[in-house]
Amino acid sequence: MSTPAIEILGLTKDFPVGFWGKRMRRSLDNLSFQVDEGEVFGFLGPNGAGKTTTMKLLMGLIFPTSGTARVRGSSIDDVEMHREIGYLPEQPYFYDYLTARELLDYYARFSNYSAADRRERVERFLERVGLAAAGDVQLRKFSKGMLQRAGIAQAILHDPPVVILDEPMSGLDPVGRREVRDIILELKKQGRTVFFSTHILSDAEMLCDRVAVLAGGKLQGVGAPGAIVSIKAHTMEILFEPREGRALPVGLAEHAARIGGRCRVEVPENGLYGALEQLRGCEARILSVSSVHPTLEDYFFRLVGGPAASRGIEEISR
Amino acid sequence: MSATVGPVAINTFREAVRDRVLYNLVLFALMMIGAAILVGEISIGIERLVIINLGLTAISIFGLVMAIFIGVGLVYKEIEKRTLYSLLAKPIRRWEFLVGKYAGLLLTLAVNTAFMTLGLAVALFYVGRHFERSDASILVAIYFILLEFALVTALALFFSCFTSPMLSTLYTLGIYITGVFADDIRSVGDFTRNPTILAVTRTLYYLVPNFHNFNAIAAAAHGTAIPFSLVWQNTLYAALYVALLLLAASAVFSRRNLK
Repeated sequence: MSTPAIEILGLTKDFPVGFWGKRMRRSLDNLSFQVDEGEVFGFLGPNGAGKTTTMKLLMGLIFPTSGTARVRGSSIDDVEMHREIGYLPEQPYFYDYLTARELLDYYARFSNYSAADRRERVERFLERVGLAAAGDVQLRKFSKGMLQRAGIAQAILHDPPVVILDEPMSGLDPVGRREVRDIILELKKQGRTVFFSTHILSDAEMLCDRVAVLAGGKLQGVGAPGAIVSIKAHTMEILFEPREGRALPVGLAEHAARIGGRCRVEVPENGLYGALEQLRGCEARILSVSSVHPTLEDYFFRLVGGPAASRGIEEISR
Repeated sequence: MSATVGPVAINTFREAVRDRVLYNLVLFALMMIGAAILVGEISIGIERLVIINLGLTAISIFGLVMAIFIGVGLVYKEIEKRTLYSLLAKPIRRWEFLVGKYAGLLLTLAVNTAFMTLGLAVALFYVGRHFERSDASILVAIYFILLEFALVTALALFFSCFTSPMLSTLYTLGIYITGVFADDIRSVGDFTRNPTILAVTRTLYYLVPNFHNFNAIAAAAHGTAIPFSLVWQNTLYAALYVALLLLAASAVFSRRNLK
């Protein structure tokens, strides 16, 4: 069995709160999952769920209260494993006195490339993220979208096998989002692992092989977007035309929605035949029967509005 | 310099240059020109003394202001602006980042001091039309000033690792002033003969760096030779102190959560 690209083992993170820092707030609670090599893995959750905390822990920017994580088999304490990771922080901010070209050249210096390699690489990645024409502009004059692109360029500049992107689509217009999606798909095609957090569920559904959903610092589910939503029992949708003058059966009438002369009703999969019998009994004309597939968005909102989120972030005493 | 420390140091220097920090040189140049013309008019026979005193004091003050005010923001600014996040995601250890930032500011101060030394030399040549053999002690005094900058920068960097720039400035300035008067503080303790005061003054004397030892401005102005033993003693003293401060800064910073 191959080593997972990212392996998270019981990560827990408490932050001190209050003036004296005596009380602790648990931001991440015993998080465990793994991201396989070559996967595009989405990390979903509402604000404050612990997504950025997890990514910062992986990058060694903060330290876990307990638990550990490994990237391609190396402990997150080992700085050398950063050669294998590209990281885009949330709302990235860079040295604004540098130009985009200088910024990429600066970061490339940490990867031991020769001067000629560095130059070639910087030009190639400026081109790749659509900043070639703005290469000599100081970053203080960049828009948010341009900064995000510069951030993605610095993250993938050294061809890392694992790319961690914290909200890469945040603040981008539809064109920018499309470009980032293309970059992620290209990275996948190159066999790289992409682990990214997002609020934009349609992007996750479109791009991810698997997703993890986090709420209140706790893992709510991991799996393929299709599998994760199918945890809920399927429902069936029946579209029909009721017979003039005939009343609908009581059980169906209260759930049916009228659309012009037609009615639409959702019934559980195991109640489909009973419902069809009842409709036939009242001489309704069945127009269509189809399966209702819950989307990732349905699943996400059910979680966010559900008990996991309402529990909020746990406060514990020292 | 190591493959990771060097780029950080050069970037820190570049930041200082682009933030127009070296513009202070213009002020220094104007001051030196003004002083050279003025002392030529009003003082007879002591022009060199006045110019050397004024020049070295200005070099020291200008550099100290830079060392403190840039030094206290070295780490803090990187955390506040979150520029550190992308950088620490590269294969660079936190101590390498600190040493790089330190070396970058020291390079800025050295370049700044080199230009000011040139300005002082021009002013001296203007009033005297020649250089003397004893002027070598001016270079030694400037070397001591640089050692002082190295110490102050290390202090500012240390505080910058865990507190705000305002508090870091207060702490660094407080230690610097205490260090300048270290000998006097010790004398006060000895003079009072009160055991508590004596313990406090002795502790302060041994704890804070003794900046008094780095002041060779008067010797340089009077053309007095500075003994070589003082040069190596000061060098060793500063090197040890800087190493300790950088070690302490690394210890604090290496376990700090960057929120």
